[in-house]
Amino acid sequence: MEFLDALQFSFLRNALLAGVLVSIACGIIGTFVVINRIVFVSGGIAHAAYGGIGLGYFLGFNPVWGAVLFSVMAALGMGTIQRSTHQRADTLIGVMWALGMALGILLVDLTPGYKSNLMSYLFGSILTVSTYDLWVILALDLAIIVLVTLFFKELVALSFDETFATVANVPVQTLALLLLVLIAFTVVMLMQVVGLIMVIALLTIPAAISTIAARDMRVLMVLASFLGGVFTMAGIWLSYTFDLTSGATIIMVAGVTYIGSLLIKAWLRRFRATSAVQSETQRQTAPAE
Amino acid sequence: MNDVLTLRNLWAGYDHEVVLEDINLSVRPLDFIGLIGPNGGGKSTLLKVILGLLRPMRGEIEILGTSVHRGRRWVGYVPQSTEFDHDFPIRVWDVAMMGRLSSRGLLKRFTSTDRDRVEQALRHVGMYNHRKHPLGELSGGQRQRVYLARALAADPRILLLDEPTASIDPTGRSSIYDLLRELNEHVTILLVSHDLSAIASSVKTVGCLNRTLVYHNEKLLTAEMLEATYQCPIDLIAHGVPHRVFPHHAP
Repeated sequence: MEFLDALQFSFLRNALLAGVLVSIACGIIGTFVVINRIVFVSGGIAHAAYGGIGLGYFLGFNPVWGAVLFSVMAALGMGTIQRSTHQRADTLIGVMWALGMALGILLVDLTPGYKSNLMSYLFGSILTVSTYDLWVILALDLAIIVLVTLFFKELVALSFDETFATVANVPVQTLALLLLVLIAFTVVMLMQVVGLIMVIALLTIPAAISTIAARDMRVLMVLASFLGGVFTMAGIWLSYTFDLTSGATIIMVAGVTYIGSLLIKAWLRRFRATSAVQSETQRQTAPAE
Repeated sequence: MNDVLTLRNLWAGYDHEVVLEDINLSVRPLDFIGLIGPNGGGKSTLLKVILGLLRPMRGEIEILGTSVHRGRRWVGYVPQSTEFDHDFPIRVWDVAMMGRLSSRGLLKRFTSTDRDRVEQALRHVGMYNHRKHPLGELSGGQRQRVYLARALAADPRILLLDEPTASIDPTGRSSIYDLLRELNEHVTILLVSHDLSAIASSVKTVGCLNRTLVYHNEKLLTAEMLEATYQCPIDLIAHGVPHRVFPHHAP
């Protein structure tokens, strides 16, 4: 009951609220990341965001806005490269990924004085989320929900069959870039919860687990959002109870569940195969009517 | 009546490599054209040009007398059923609904007209009862029917099919061709395949495509056409009876 008592503290309520809000964005955007197989690009966007953190420190503005700026720029840059060059896109993305981080580190080096909270952007600090941060997270969440709802049929179509969507005169290029910008928004929100280094895990794991059960994109999104919520809640509770780093604890909960789900998936596949063979042999040995 | 699709002195390819050379083709309304050719002979390049995914290097292309980008809205494209990620979470109904994207643009919701049209298309191909099934659980032939329904839902003037029976068993194959023959009463069809036997019984006219196109607007495949296209002994393809392949099926 210690944890429930602690809920009277606003920092814990803020943390749980942030966890719920971020999970919604994670479920929606993570679904697109997983089914479009753009995990690597998303990783690039996340790490390049660190350049913006550095810029924020260097110029003395809130690093979160630097992260928004850099991740959106990285999203547009990487998206354009990925869609225009057919060769070595992964190398270029890897280079931008590292350049963003390097720039961030150098800018922090050049900034005089004590750098408060620097580690929190790398490893997350959901327990120190301020009310201001919560408002930013809420705004980004709403932007994601509104935009995905408005362009849902087109986003699904281009994920499923880009050629067909192009022939139907869907503005595929623009919408693919929009999706990457939404990934950038999600990355910035996730950064505050689990930190830039572990963003990709929380973005993809809930959606990846949900694909085992979901047969429909909308269901997949709801399920992934719910799972993300469960992981962050459980992670916050465990980290509070055992005094552990919250971001790492959340990722550990999600990662262990993911591995468990893979085992269940493999078992299900074998079970289905065996029962298919069984019913077939039964059908064949049954007396003819 | 005007041509549905016209290619005039069309050259196409990638970078500096020419894949299609001086292609001329006029598709008449309600024709059913089968183009055969070896793999790498330019079949998919031709489809890309017609769909406006690849700019021709030279020459002209018109769909219903207008540019590709305006005209492709009337093309019902049916891709190969094998090009598909089995884990993609989507149901038959939602795939078929994509056929209405060209009629219902950005920021517009699907209406009951769209849903009626999709229901009609799914019934036509015999997949309406499967509308709630995940696409990944269907057989290749069933998936091909769903793609066909998606194309039909767009009210196309011409159906464009890419290897419609690739990896489909013989029964499924003949039922797809039965369906195409039936659809051909109302819509023009152009299909490409590397499988001669697959298209033999259904098409009205036939052409051979391998870098250049040999097409005489008739359903007669001569040894000369095949030899020019495949550049190898015809026995390999038509089992030694090239002259008898098509005339026997004449209506």
